[in-house]
Amino acid sequence: MYRIVKKENLVEGISRFDIKAPLIASKAKAGQFVVVRLNEEGERIPLTIAESRPEQGIISLVSMKVGKTTYMLSNLNQGDNILDVVGPLGKKSEIKKFGRVICIGGGAGIAPVMPIARELKKAGNYIVSIVGAKSKDLLIFVKEMKDTSDEFYVCSDDGTIGFHGFVSDFLCEFLERNKDSKDGNIKASIDRVVAIGPALMMRAVSDVTGGYGIKTIVSLNSIMVDGTGMCGTCRVEVGGETKFVCVDGPEFDGHKVNFDLLISRQRMYYSEEKKSLDLYKEKCKSKKM
Amino acid sequence: MAGERSSKGSKKIKVPRTRMRQQDPQKRIRNFEEVTLGYSEEDAVRESMRCLQCKKPRCIEGCPVEIDIKSFIDLISRRQFDRALEKIREKNSMPAICGRVCPQEDQCEKMCILGVKNDPVAIGRLERFVADRELNEKEEKEGELKHLIKAANKGLSSSDNLRIKVAVIGSGPAGLTCAGELAKMGYIVTIFEALHKPGGVLVYGIPEFRLPKKILYKEVEFVKSLGVEIKFNMVVGKIFTIDDLLNDGYRSIFISTGAGLPYFMNIAGENLNGVYSANEYLTRSNLMKAYLFPKWDTPIARANKVAVVGGGNVAMDSARTARRLGAEHVYLIYRRSEVEMPARNEEIEHAKEEGIEFMLLTNPVEVIGKDGWASRIKCIKMRLGELDDSGRRRPIPVSGSEYSIEVEAVVMAIGQGPNPLLTSTTPDLKLTKRGNIKANLESCKTSKRGVFAGGDIVTGAATVILAMGAGKKAARAIDDYIKTGKW
Repeated sequence: MYRIVKKENLVEGISRFDIKAPLIASKAKAGQFVVVRLNEEGERIPLTIAESRPEQGIISLVSMKVGKTTYMLSNLNQGDNILDVVGPLGKKSEIKKFGRVICIGGGAGIAPVMPIARELKKAGNYIVSIVGAKSKDLLIFVKEMKDTSDEFYVCSDDGTIGFHGFVSDFLCEFLERNKDSKDGNIKASIDRVVAIGPALMMRAVSDVTGGYGIKTIVSLNSIMVDGTGMCGTCRVEVGGETKFVCVDGPEFDGHKVNFDLLISRQRMYYSEEKKSLDLYKEKCKSKKM
Repeated sequence: MAGERSSKGSKKIKVPRTRMRQQDPQKRIRNFEEVTLGYSEEDAVRESMRCLQCKKPRCIEGCPVEIDIKSFIDLISRRQFDRALEKIREKNSMPAICGRVCPQEDQCEKMCILGVKNDPVAIGRLERFVADRELNEKEEKEGELKHLIKAANKGLSSSDNLRIKVAVIGSGPAGLTCAGELAKMGYIVTIFEALHKPGGVLVYGIPEFRLPKKILYKEVEFVKSLGVEIKFNMVVGKIFTIDDLLNDGYRSIFISTGAGLPYFMNIAGENLNGVYSANEYLTRSNLMKAYLFPKWDTPIARANKVAVVGGGNVAMDSARTARRLGAEHVYLIYRRSEVEMPARNEEIEHAKEEGIEFMLLTNPVEVIGKDGWASRIKCIKMRLGELDDSGRRRPIPVSGSEYSIEVEAVVMAIGQGPNPLLTSTTPDLKLTKRGNIKANLESCKTSKRGVFAGGDIVTGAATVILAMGAGKKAARAIDDYIKTGKW
């Protein structure tokens, strides 16, 4: 059992859980994730580690309400327990001095990009952060990201804050603006892009950077079961080869990822997930009545 | 031998093997309950009387863990069931499992003299009977394990070992056996298990209808009652390395992480929705209980037409699972003919009874998709050529014989390899070309001092009992290493 020592509702639909897991906290590195199972009948789902504080034995998980399990999780509170937490899983992010790095987070994807931005900053990189959400009220970790960044930009789909549009649109403008004045070479001014968010966002970002030849790392959020390379649920195609997100990833070269396949596979259990969630919501309703 | 064939013996030869009751095929394809129902007391006694009690029992030579088969069968014939179980437990901590999933027809029963002219004694069924009987009784008086522990500890254990820690990685058959044996010797044993349940392949791979999880958990309880601790959710290689464990005071380590890497065919369309590795399909159904969806949360494709590719036990398990999940047509696609199938005869028979449609001498060449989902599987006919390295006739494609059939789901059950998660973080552990750990098959010693390995991670996917045999050998070798310090 893993105790929730603190819960914070960050914005509507996204919560942060501080969980007592000293072993995992002592080993977790930026870019890694855990697999959780809430109860005996529960499914196993991957969640990113947004922060780990080894000295307190605590890991912070950020979860967005999308299906039954994340809804159930959002109904848990401080003092409640999570049955299983497995990790740290996946490969850690490559952290070294690249130079100028753009860190992009979209929606709940700001949570996993945050620890990577911090580590990259510590490693001496110049950090340009671009965060975005549907609306101002849905942005998370604005202060934290701002504090980590040398340059910080906000986007919103509805224009309620910052740039009116997608992070990929802003990125496009930003790159144009930062063209090297002598030879128009952007590659020289930006050394790496790390983009985490919905698959469509990561694809759009990769499409933009591909045109400029800037190395782009994305962190894939496929469906998983065991998280240890045993089942192959999470398989994706990268550079024409089949890879397992849980052990070969979750980070891959965004220019090589087959996003169509990723998106299609993410929707494999769409109808089952909907059925499961509807039943759960009904159950919650009848309890309240 | 002549002496053994007394007049009493020749009479016995004519007595047919006692049949085991099983669920009717039409009924069982609608549930996940166990197919075979086991022997009654009378069945067991009757079957045990068929045993010739050979002076030189060959059956024991056929058993990878050398159970004293002759004696335990004799005890059954005298209705001393508790003692029969004690006799088995001297060599095997998990008889209810072995009685069910061991390929006895290739081991003990293959060696049985009765089998020369008639059916061999049903050793596996008898083993299962005494184990089940005790498990059922134990359920009535829950917690009463003392006599069992005493039996298991008989002639073993010295207090010298009491403060020495040993780690076992993986709680499958090899790990559980090794841990149990070491605990009997007095070591403090901790098993590190990556999943949330114990049993390894026994819990994620073998379906409920072949090995009820209740039986497995009871056998695990027995191992725990010997003093073994199991820590779940511990992915060694991620949370600790082997060196971390050695530095943490574990004097020796047994690696039994199994064959947990699914193979695919590398044909087009394999990543379409609806295409599963057998590992995924079975893990969803067995470990995560997807067949109980939506009561349990993990989903699985409920397809009407399912193709399962492969001819081993895992393929049979997948096909029979698909049937129980409601598939009207389950096609078992295998590139050789039935005689070359690696699956147990019993499993093949059960699959046929359940209406699995065998497409033999057939190999898939492509999974064809529609809107991201598997919709057809394209196959090519095969013929058998010369013998290959495995001693079986090599399948050769018949050119121009391609055809395709409609499917909604495909399960690839073409084998599993060693999972590299642990080995990749232990650089001084020597591996074979295939990625298996190099270890001495007798001593289970690896290239790294103090570290032993056994089961599928060494041999590649094999049987439960072979893994248990390795666990046993390793326990002895670990004891020897710790006592002598010699590597």
